[in-house]
Amino acid sequence: MIGFWQQLINGVTVGSTYALIALGLAMVYGVLRILHIAHAGVFTLGAYVGLVLHARTASLPTAFLGAMLACGVAGVLIQRWLYRPLLNQPRIVPLIASIGLFIFMEDLFRLLAGPYVLAFRLDAEVRPLEIAGAAVTGVQVMTLIVTAVLLGAVWLLVGKTWLGLGWRAAAQDLGMAAAVGVNAHRVVALNFAFGSAVAGAAGVLIGALYNAVYPTMGSVPAYKALAVIVLGGLGNVWGTVVAGVLLGLVETFLVGIVGGLLPRDSIAFVALILMLLFRPTGLFGER
Amino acid sequence: MPEVGLYYYTLGITVGIWMILVMGQNIITGYAGQISLGHAAFFGVGAYASAVLSTTYGVVFWLALPASVLITAVVGALLGSVSLRLRHDFLAITTIGINFVVVSVFLYSEYFGGSLGIGGIPLPRAMGVVFTKPLYLGLVVAALGLAAAADRLLKRSWLGLSLEAIREEETAAAASGLNVSALKITAFAVGTGYAGLAGSLYAHFMTFISPHDFAFPVSITILCMAVLGGLGTLRGALVGALLLGLAPELFRFLRDYRMLTYGALLVLLMRYLPSGLLGDASPLWQRLITRPRGVRGGVAYGGAVDPPGL
Repeated sequence: MIGFWQQLINGVTVGSTYALIALGLAMVYGVLRILHIAHAGVFTLGAYVGLVLHARTASLPTAFLGAMLACGVAGVLIQRWLYRPLLNQPRIVPLIASIGLFIFMEDLFRLLAGPYVLAFRLDAEVRPLEIAGAAVTGVQVMTLIVTAVLLGAVWLLVGKTWLGLGWRAAAQDLGMAAAVGVNAHRVVALNFAFGSAVAGAAGVLIGALYNAVYPTMGSVPAYKALAVIVLGGLGNVWGTVVAGVLLGLVETFLVGIVGGLLPRDSIAFVALILMLLFRPTGLFGER
Repeated sequence: MPEVGLYYYTLGITVGIWMILVMGQNIITGYAGQISLGHAAFFGVGAYASAVLSTTYGVVFWLALPASVLITAVVGALLGSVSLRLRHDFLAITTIGINFVVVSVFLYSEYFGGSLGIGGIPLPRAMGVVFTKPLYLGLVVAALGLAAAADRLLKRSWLGLSLEAIREEETAAAASGLNVSALKITAFAVGTGYAGLAGSLYAHFMTFISPHDFAFPVSITILCMAVLGGLGTLRGALVGALLLGLAPELFRFLRDYRMLTYGALLVLLMRYLPSGLLGDASPLWQRLITRPRGVRGGVAYGGAVDPPGL
């Protein structure tokens, strides 16, 4: 039996990566009301870009910033070319388009990088810690720091800047925001850029945490992140973050206790269905 | 019988089963407008019900088939009544969840054979004749015909019109005195009943089933078939199932690029032909049905236009 503190640290680290992936999804949903499945493809792109840049430059900041930049650009392209023309269609149309794009991206990664699992070792670069007898690996330390920095940045951006004001206005009513002078297209594009960049960082972190980067690494997060954004209340950014961390904790502790009774990856959905029965608008209410 | 000939029978049976599945999805998503991303779960419920009935309890196929349709419809109605509390996107995500949970029940329960699945499901037989492939194809075609006839009846009935009213504007439908909850549950029950039929046919054709056959990607394929053909129309459901059902064959020459092409096709289709190939609002379909005087009302009336010959 692994100690309580160890489990807590493991749970929080895994949970922070869920939170980061779901954060971008929640931001996109908040403004456009689109279930952006291809977000998980963007996340995988981040992992690959981070891996390649780190192998070339041996610099951690370059790997992170490069991954975030590449994903940000990819996000804007997706929004421009795919979602913008589909906004007036029934909701199922962008959903299917997004699923198609995700299938396309996964297979593209397979063709470009091969079907193999590539190792992504970053452990040597950050010093491990020991808290209350629990060993915290270097990658875990890095995950917690990067998550804290990115969440802080989102908080500043959304809460304290004109851009954030525009986002919140657009999330309330896109048409009305445009009518009162918010450049809706630019706000939506920046929203995509930022959400996708955060997913890119999460890709690097998950690749390093599990020491594995492979073409289909996005498929489990794709559906789990959907469960997380519903748990947090669709479009509610902070609810999503809390739900992500909670899910990481619950998964880690439940797997430690009930073991093989329930596959780890379906815990999210069991929690989801239970919650919807009792609190149909999410743990923290819908935006 | 040469092997090649048998292969075409297999293909025909598989496409027929897809068609029944997509018809069910079309009733839930196309007619009633409820997004479901978990149709494969009900396909699985039907298949497992039929498999357990015939292997564990020795029930003959001809009773196991209707029983599994009924069981699946009841499960569908139950889960549908849970989902009633949810709006569009919540419903979509919850149905993904239902798919994952149902598959893990099959996977982790000894009763359903666990990860090994259930084998030795008997082929149907009648009057001493065993239904091998050619006869089984006939059986599937008969089931398909019945299912399509039921679909026509449903769509032209008061029930079909009410479902479309809910799809177009739920609040207005409720204000006009429709019992929205009961109607949605009915749509779920009927649509999942179709999946149960397909599941039973699948189980007795394959004679072996395992949880993976009913996983989430299968749900995505079913939904994509319905959307590709054109949601809300029977012809769309049939054509979508035919095209994507044959896709592994049609795209065979692409070899390593099959999934890439599949994904790209979905994206391009949604981008440039969002109502599917043969949906009521699809330019392609409009051209096909335009007569000298022109059928202008196609878009405005939505599903109400019933073009001749399907």
